Amino acid sequence: MFYREVGDLKTTYRSDQQVLTITQERYAIFALLAFMYAVVPFIADDFWLNTVIIPALIFSLAALGLNILVGYAGLISLGTGGFMGVGAYACYKLTTIFPDVNIVFHILASGFFAAAVGVLFGLPSLRIKGFYLAVATLASQFFLEWAFGRIAWLYNYNDSGAIDAVNRSLGGFALTEPYGDTKFQYLVTLTIVVFLTLIAINILRGRFGRSWMAIRDMDIAAELIGIRLLPSKLLAFAISSYYCGVAGAMLVFLSLGSAEVESFDILNASFPVLFMVIIGGLGSIIGSFLGAGFIVVLPIIISTVPRFFEIDINSATVEHFRFMIVGALIIFFLIVEPAGLARLWQITREKLRLWPFPN
Amino acid sequence: MNVMVTDPVQQGADDGRISDEVILKVDNISLSFGGVKAIQNVSFDVKRGEVRAIIGPNGAGKTSMLNCINGFYHPQQGTITYKGTARKQMKPHIAATQGIARTFQNVALFRGMSTLDNIMSGRTLKMKANLFWQMLRTGPAENEEIEHRKFVEKIIDFLEIQDIRRTPVGRLPYGLQKRVELGRALTMEPTLLLLDEPMAGMNLEEKRDMSRFIIDANEQLGTTVALIEHDMGVVMDLSDRVLVLDHGQMIADGTPDEVQANQAVIDAYLGVAHE
Ligand SMILES: Nc1ncnc2c1ncn2[C@@H]1O[C@H](COP(=O)(O)OP(=O)(O)O)[C@@H](O)[C@H]1O
Ligand SMILES: [Mg+2]
Repeated sequence: MFYREVGDLKTTYRSDQQVLTITQERYAIFALLAFMYAVVPFIADDFWLNTVIIPALIFSLAALGLNILVGYAGLISLGTGGFMGVGAYACYKLTTIFPDVNIVFHILASGFFAAAVGVLFGLPSLRIKGFYLAVATLASQFFLEWAFGRIAWLYNYNDSGAIDAVNRSLGGFALTEPYGDTKFQYLVTLTIVVFLTLIAINILRGRFGRSWMAIRDMDIAAELIGIRLLPSKLLAFAISSYYCGVAGAMLVFLSLGSAEVESFDILNASFPVLFMVIIGGLGSIIGSFLGAGFIVVLPIIISTVPRFFEIDINSATVEHFRFMIVGALIIFFLIVEPAGLARLWQITREKLRLWPFPN
Repeated sequence: MNVMVTDPVQQGADDGRISDEVILKVDNISLSFGGVKAIQNVSFDVKRGEVRAIIGPNGAGKTSMLNCINGFYHPQQGTITYKGTARKQMKPHIAATQGIARTFQNVALFRGMSTLDNIMSGRTLKMKANLFWQMLRTGPAENEEIEHRKFVEKIIDFLEIQDIRRTPVGRLPYGLQKRVELGRALTMEPTLLLLDEPMAGMNLEEKRDMSRFIIDANEQLGTTVALIEHDMGVVMDLSDRVLVLDHGQMIADGTPDEVQANQAVIDAYLGVAHE
């Protein structure tokens, strides 16, 4: 066994406070990144990249965003789809108004619009919690869906009533769906996701992350150590919505190509992302990725496994199975293991950390 | 009755710890919840450097009194003067900025966080690096994290909880949770430390440790302490002056010996089942 903490002593607080304190874990992450950058583009075909890997990465970002709000700050939201939509429509407006500015810049900038809207709809969170906050964010979701469908300026008065495909390039190569090369889209998606994940990790392990967790665990005691609830909660809404907004913009320009209101409605965005967070693990960064990967891959597994055993299964049945499995898992994780899939990883990790000593 | 191992003359005797400055003065406070009169016309003061005990039977209004001092409850009547500034109300986070720290009767730790993070969170007010540096986690953000970590480690050493640094506090036994909560409060480097039954539910040994930490905080760190405690032995040993409440009213205020000899106190409190 090479993975262990025993004997790997830290002699400075700086090294004790790194992102990955366990040396082997650091190597593992570097290896994973090298694999994602250098190997995946060559072994994954366009079908896999298009239907699994790119959507999973994009939804991981949205799940990470929602996890900041729900898992770290303890504020429930059903408005994820709406915030993703704000990012998508903002990016569409930005790139049609300023076509010469790079699309990646627009994608990153569109998150700020989502952040502003998130702060606005986060205002009630000072007074209300739990179920009532969920209802309030649901109202914001409905309002935003209404706005996306009815305010024709947002979709440039297209006859389709939707965001249509735009051709934008990066470094001289076509990037946006459906014009760009899938592998290129993958690499850009991966880079944005890695970059924003690093930033999230940094924020979460600093004083803001601690403040959010403090509010989540015991808001009275949090106030008592000097944390001001409203600014902290609004910052959580802002950063969470920023991530969701960027994910929404990426979904349109790097994955779907065009998008309409339905892409960001409750069933297609808000609930799936919430399920990713619950199944992956509340308050876990790795969990956001595990949950997103699971929810994106699940329908593909359900449809391919029976085929492997030469059982006929139609797409409606696949849907039914998907709902049943996700539903059962949600109940399981909510009741038995709120820490989600990430907890399974954590348990293994704790055992390995102490190795070679038992327990 | 004595649970202390420390020199018995050490507390109570004025050994220069206590200054004449009145750091907290409570004037004619009244607080009621609907028909329940939690506090009625209570006045007392706390001098800088002293250990002030508040005792009384359950429901006497002790916790409510601490809640008024740090701004959770707003008394309907009376004023509270802290560091020379009189006020009717204050917000909890402002109390924190002015150096009032607090522990709770029922441990109020951040259960999902480790011991280290719980105690680090006590430094929140002292941390200044903005979001930009936090995002990159370099420069000011990293430097201040290390600087405060050093301070937090001193508190961890002081409280002898090095080996539970990384443990989520939800998994710790009750006695240790109380110790971590004291750590979080001390990390704020408070001027005034409010302790609500810091030894409730502890065994003798744990009480002895906790008493030692409170005395050390008072003597070595110069923290003024106001504590609520049921164990009369602890109260008599730790405190310089004792305020006795019963049914929201003040029935005695004085040195431990005076209070112990007071007939009203004996009737209301010492006589009943607590000892
Ligand atoms: N938030 C509250 N709402 C209603 N009644 C309260 C509240 N807090 C305290 N009380 C009442 O005030 C009285 C004093 O309570 P408390 O200060 O907790 O007493 P102690 O700490 O001395 O045991 C009790 O009768 C209690 O029921
Ligand atoms: Mg009480």
